[in-house]
Amino acid sequence: MPELRTETMTVNMGPQHPSTHGVLRIVLELDGEVIQSVMPTIGYLHTGIEKTAEQKKWQQVVPLVERMDYLGAQSNSLAYALSVEKLLGLEIPQRVTDIRVLIAELQRIASHLGWLGTHGLEIGAVSMLFYAMRERELLMNINELVAGFRFFPSYIRIGGLREDLPRGFHEAVTAFLDRFPAKIDEFEGLLTKNDMFRRRTEGVGVISQDDALAWGLLGPIARAAGSDYDVRRYFPYLSYDRYDFTVPTATEGDVFARYRVRVAEMRQSVGICRQAIARITPSGPWACDDPRVVPPPKDKVYTEMEALIQHFLIYSQGFTVPAGDGYVPVEGPRGEHGAYVVSDGTNRPWRIKMRAPSLMAIQALPVLARGGLIADLVAVIGSADVVMGDCDR
Amino acid sequence: MPVLLGVGCFGSWESTGYHELMIRPLLTGLATTFRYMFKPKVTVNYPEQKVPVFPKYRGKQVLMRDENGLEKCVACGLCSVACPADAIYLEPAENDGTVLAGPRYAKVYQIHNTRCIFCGFCEEACPVSAIFMGKDYELAVYSKDEFIWDKHDLLVPPPAGATPPALAVS
Repeated sequence: MPELRTETMTVNMGPQHPSTHGVLRIVLELDGEVIQSVMPTIGYLHTGIEKTAEQKKWQQVVPLVERMDYLGAQSNSLAYALSVEKLLGLEIPQRVTDIRVLIAELQRIASHLGWLGTHGLEIGAVSMLFYAMRERELLMNINELVAGFRFFPSYIRIGGLREDLPRGFHEAVTAFLDRFPAKIDEFEGLLTKNDMFRRRTEGVGVISQDDALAWGLLGPIARAAGSDYDVRRYFPYLSYDRYDFTVPTATEGDVFARYRVRVAEMRQSVGICRQAIARITPSGPWACDDPRVVPPPKDKVYTEMEALIQHFLIYSQGFTVPAGDGYVPVEGPRGEHGAYVVSDGTNRPWRIKMRAPSLMAIQALPVLARGGLIADLVAVIGSADVVMGDCDR
Repeated sequence: MPVLLGVGCFGSWESTGYHELMIRPLLTGLATTFRYMFKPKVTVNYPEQKVPVFPKYRGKQVLMRDENGLEKCVACGLCSVACPADAIYLEPAENDGTVLAGPRYAKVYQIHNTRCIFCGFCEEACPVSAIFMGKDYELAVYSKDEFIWDKHDLLVPPPAGATPPALAVS
């Protein structure tokens, strides 16, 4: 009888694998079905947006940074706008802040829906994709209503918003908020109470709270492991301290705990959206009144010479930002998300560095997946909720 | 005998009543699917049916004409400067009176389809409301040469009876 061969096997997964959330390549070392080591290879979606942004004027960067984390687009532009506004020292009207809170929370729901659908699909609950995408479509429609673009509205601008809210905005958002909690119940009926789903996810990809924080997984992954760190709570930006919400946490740190935390976050976001929509008046300021940064309204541009000159100045030369650096973290859908912005006092950024939660999640994949079965790796990657555009930038 | 990893996971298959556990979620899923069979469909048969776009929709750009059928664009180049993707190229020219345009107009106006990110900055920047984001979103082409939209693709057709400035004066 020949000797049983016992060497490990190296398997390449991706970058065209359907369940690696884009172009993530993973080199696995397997001992039978048990994962010995995981080596993620990133860079297949490198777009050079951070470098490109250095050639652009400050306000031109907004639509570019939105294309990094394409599932949570407005989390990027919010982080960027807040950092630049901190450098500029702008006073943002309360109505704009409330609208931004609403947009950010709707974006969180949209991103979590995208995650829920694909995560369910990869684990085997194929119909989850259809149900989640159906709800996400309504949020895409709200984006289209607000700014005319479904994925990258670039509605959040430096100094305020792109334009005022359109007619019918309150109705559209309220209709979604009225409908959505029942749909979350439906999702939970399909997954949370599903024994097959639980057996695929419970006890899989466990990470401890200390490990999660040490690997920089500040976000749903750390909160599923017992941490209560939420930027909205610890460093309230956008007057989140005036909103009533709880930070969902779990202690198990496995895939199922991450699932529960994200679903509970969607419920909390619905609550925050309700508070925000009640505070937003149908009309009012949609940008700060700093003429250096915010272009004059179009009707004045057509009729007044001073406004036309100011309009030309802002769109051709842009505005200068005082030299210095700023970092305002926001709680993005994937965790702490922030733009570290360095200015040398000119009309173009000297450097923009995004703190990308997906990069942290990918570099922690070896910790999450080591010792597990190869069949569980897909569940682990899905629960990490990585977006390769965010990771590679 | 060496213990094979993985076998332990399935060893208790019969004893823990997995069969019973699997039936309930299956029925829940089937019931959910079945309920939706009697609700209105949310999908459309795309090429035949189309979803109407919202009023602010940002699609392929349109170059406008004024009420006399003259091109509104004065070739100031602000759209080109404001464009974050450097997708717009234009060449200004003096109108000798034979073109349906103002005294200064864009002789060449090109937008590169594959560079354009449809952010709408050109529309925001235009001081004479000459360029607008249109509603056309079916932008696939057969050849790479067609990726460049020039004035022929962007400009709205002139109204019937519109005359160039030189002829209108005389």
